[in-house]
Amino acid sequence: MTDTIDVIDHLVGITPGAPADALRSRRPITKEHAQKSWTALFEPVDESQASLVERFAVAVFVAVLHGDKSIKEFYGTKLAGLENGTVILATVKALAELNAAKGPYGHYPEGPLSAENTDGPALDIGPTDRAILGDRLSAALEHAYLLTYHPRDASPAELQKLLSAGWSTTGVVTLSQLVSFLAFQIRVVAGLRVLAAA
Amino acid sequence: MSDTVIEPTVENPPVVFTQDKIGWTAWLQPLAEGELTDRHYEALVDKARAKSAYFALLVRDPDILEARTKTDNDIFYNTKDGLPRAERELAATAASRLNGCILCASVHSRFASQYSKREADVQKLLDEGVGADLGERWNAIVSASVALSTTPPSFTADHAKRLREAGLSDEEISDVVHGAAFFNWANRLMLSIGEPTPAG
Repeated sequence: MTDTIDVIDHLVGITPGAPADALRSRRPITKEHAQKSWTALFEPVDESQASLVERFAVAVFVAVLHGDKSIKEFYGTKLAGLENGTVILATVKALAELNAAKGPYGHYPEGPLSAENTDGPALDIGPTDRAILGDRLSAALEHAYLLTYHPRDASPAELQKLLSAGWSTTGVVTLSQLVSFLAFQIRVVAGLRVLAAA
Repeated sequence: MSDTVIEPTVENPPVVFTQDKIGWTAWLQPLAEGELTDRHYEALVDKARAKSAYFALLVRDPDILEARTKTDNDIFYNTKDGLPRAERELAATAASRLNGCILCASVHSRFASQYSKREADVQKLLDEGVGADLGERWNAIVSASVALSTTPPSFTADHAKRLREAGLSDEEISDVVHGAAFFNWANRLMLSIGEPTPAG
């Protein structure tokens, strides 16, 4: 299935032989391993530490936080196809739209850079949404919000929230990779769209 | 499971952007060398990375680490054509400066200086931030990298036009895009699973 489509090509709308196809084809190793990164995260061999629903729900959430409609729809369609996916999709989308902000902001370690500290929102999911999403996914979305908009505010206490909600150390590693990979993928797509339109 | 976070006490933590070598310590337990299997070593790509807390933590999910590392290496080290290495490192430094990753910025500003021989300009970027005046070609690269690094990304045809006018081909602009985009991956990991420490 997805072995036959390259996700970044698909998201940019690159067709064989187009100028943007040539731009990607000249870096076959980057192209291959960007795709393998996607497969590792979204078609995992082992989903015991982070379920497919959790992975796609976080992806939809992060895509909306980046204001990217077509990437949101790509991950949303996949989430909707999973068990209980439709209800989670509606909740996650609404939550992201309501809390969309502009990054990066955040605080530096105390010192000369404190003058550059900028404040912005943190996400605290309320009881109604939490009842639908559960503690694990709620904690994952709150962390995804931090990583997407204000990663320099990260702390051991933020990781403790994930562990307390039932995430394992390995699960936190996977979740962190997933959100961070999306930050990459969404930007490659954004950049290539501009070059493809030229 | 009783996984726990690590709350290190770091004396004299780095509090400014610097080209000096600094260290990093994890907030979650990395795998010990005795726990590593052949699959883990394969995912580390470079076996020496087993001694790095950062990679020994990330290797807990070997499939994504291996694919990520190979993506990273090709974006930065494959310089048989396209953008010079120095300017790929400049894009990485600009993204890291904007996002606030002191460790990422230290490593990649050192590379930018090493390959460009423009240590003072690189230091100006670290000291003054992404608005520093580094000459038009570098300003265009920094500005494009910053636009790609905001959330939502704000990279437009005007950024591409400015880069073309500064002499970059579309192939080289694609290298800027990948260098900056990759550091939005790297910065988020490095900032969120551990913290910088003083050198050595």
